[in-house]
Amino acid sequence: MTDTTPDHVPAQRAAGMPPLHKALFAALLVLLIVLPFVVYPIFAMKVMCFALFAAAFNLLLGFGGLLSFGHAAYFGGASYVAAHAAKVWGFTPELAVLTGTAAAALLGLGIGALAIRRQGIYFAMVTLAFAQMFYFFALQAEFTGGEDGIQAVPRGDLFGAISLHDNMALYFFVLAITFGGILFLYRIVHSPFGQILKAIRENEPRAISLGYSVNRYKLIVFTLSATFAGLAGATKSLVFQLASLTDVHWSMSGEVVLMTLLGGMGTVFGPLVGATVIVTLQNYLATFGAWVTIIQGVIFVLGVLLFREGIVGVLSRWLKRPL
Amino acid sequence: MMKTILMGSAALAAMTGGALAQDTIEVTLGVLNDRSGVYADLSGEGSVVAARMAVEDFNAEEKGLDVEILSADHQNKPDIGANIARQWYDQEGVDAILDVPTSSVALAVAEISSQMGGILIDSGAGTTELTRGQCQPTTIHWTYDTAALATGTGKAITEAGGDKWFFLTADYAFGHSLEDETSKVVQENGGEVVGTVRHPFPATDFSSFLLQAQGSGANVIGLANAGGDTVNAIKQASEFGITQGGQSLAALLMFVTDVHALGTDVAQGLQLTEAFYWDQNDGTREWSERFEERHGAKPTMVHAGVYSGTMQYLRAVEAVGSTDALEVAAKMKEMPFDDPLFGKGYVRGDGRVIHDMYLFEVKSPDQTQGEWDLYDQKAVISGEEAFLPMIEECDFTKTAG
Repeated sequence: MTDTTPDHVPAQRAAGMPPLHKALFAALLVLLIVLPFVVYPIFAMKVMCFALFAAAFNLLLGFGGLLSFGHAAYFGGASYVAAHAAKVWGFTPELAVLTGTAAAALLGLGIGALAIRRQGIYFAMVTLAFAQMFYFFALQAEFTGGEDGIQAVPRGDLFGAISLHDNMALYFFVLAITFGGILFLYRIVHSPFGQILKAIRENEPRAISLGYSVNRYKLIVFTLSATFAGLAGATKSLVFQLASLTDVHWSMSGEVVLMTLLGGMGTVFGPLVGATVIVTLQNYLATFGAWVTIIQGVIFVLGVLLFREGIVGVLSRWLKRPL
Repeated sequence: MMKTILMGSAALAAMTGGALAQDTIEVTLGVLNDRSGVYADLSGEGSVVAARMAVEDFNAEEKGLDVEILSADHQNKPDIGANIARQWYDQEGVDAILDVPTSSVALAVAEISSQMGGILIDSGAGTTELTRGQCQPTTIHWTYDTAALATGTGKAITEAGGDKWFFLTADYAFGHSLEDETSKVVQENGGEVVGTVRHPFPATDFSSFLLQAQGSGANVIGLANAGGDTVNAIKQASEFGITQGGQSLAALLMFVTDVHALGTDVAQGLQLTEAFYWDQNDGTREWSERFEERHGAKPTMVHAGVYSGTMQYLRAVEAVGSTDALEVAAKMKEMPFDDPLFGKGYVRGDGRVIHDMYLFEVKSPDQTQGEWDLYDQKAVISGEEAFLPMIEECDFTKTAG
């Protein structure tokens, strides 16, 4: 899982994306193009948004080794800003998403700059504290609509020309954003910057002794992670046409941790699998009523007992290839 | 099943000359509420039971309606609720969605229902926005709203001599609006607000707030909060002996299941407004008994609202002869109703249902006879007084057609 084994690192350097990953990404793309004709498009879009959110979180936890318990703030914050921009300021969807993402980036930069001064549990608590502050801000602020949230957000016309009211048009807009986002995250992880991140994760004092400015790397990765979490949140607000307190609540921060761990922390495809499993459970088990949380809990317990490296982590061990 | 219905109706049609075959209207109802969280007791499975009872009591089958009922848990999350609602309308052919507690989910579903040709008959949510700022021609808001609760409690208590109020308010928009609405009513009726304190949401320790309330010289302490906050505040107030000290507690949003859970020794003397109580008259008692047999607990006003709303919906579908959302909604507004649970009432142009509200006081332990014998009725507040007046833009009976 901790892909520090010497045999594959040079291979990556030499060939760019390894063929296995190329094949998997291509298969994923084909699957995603076919998906809306098989399952309900809105549901598929929700899965994609959460997959991007989990992938962004995984960048920080799996590759940076930083456990943030406050990612709901960036996810939800961006969804509020994007919803407000689309509804009140009348922005086109792509601008609304960008505005939301930018807001999350700023928020991540500010909170990250303070949080990275502490490590381990203290880091997690600081991020949680800021996220809770943001939650109460969202609860009280005028523009968020308090507990009613921002409702009836217009989907608008992409670039002012293509109407997104059609679920299929919106689906491919969301597909482009999330797939692009995930590829970008992949690129970050497999860049020299990503290698240094892994070095910091494995042994911070050694990274410092090698002359790397560790704090600067941590701040950058924190901000990047917040930015992509924001991109996911902003997109979600257009899909559901609403932004609400659920998105900034601490349980959302917990959910993304669950998705990442269940799928496989520090793997490329793990967060996508984890997000798919959790969102599918929440959606299809809704008719079971009170059993949703119980089933989710059982799955998590089984996950911890049977495959501690997550679904993809275990697969990757069997295949002896990083996934 | 579909086949047998078709064959059956074909056979009947052959006998009666085709009249009945066309009469079978398929109706799909979706009960969307909280089935696992804080509102599961006051809505949850009970609302599904209530909807089923309505279909049976209406004799839907004999009247040529083939009614199917779906249910799902929105987990109090608007995105999950919105997703289920869309899917129901898109893929399951749902015609109307029932119940939907939690304001944010209700508003999202109201918007989707109007976009996708469905009706929302809301019973569980309290926000006045449903029939005001975000009103839709296809939204019917049945049981209560926060304004009606504030008016009911504020007016009836002030008139009965509780004229000095102190508010314990949850510090967010919902709490603020409850407090504002109630203090307006109190002042209009000659009372005064001697103080107010805001507590964080959610809160577990109310002692300092309750001490302030105790020392404020008020004779009524209004709890402008909801759910766990109200329950905690009442528990702690009972420890401080507030009601024994001559001050009365008024809960602005509370349900019979909460009182039942607290018990009369803790909640005694508490005043609250509801739209329905099982032990009001023969009609409510008879229905509640049947409900209890199936569900194992007495119904809340939310359950009663789902029952009455479903009844009125089925009546309208029968009258219109189709499930077209706009036509059925208009029909529901056209026909006044008189049912055993809510008495006489009507659906106003904006979808707000106007019926009487009641002020209750929780009995003391030595007065109660049985587990569910909880309330004494103190006052009746007529529907016109209780609910906010309609705003012009939301009167869809004028703009429709």
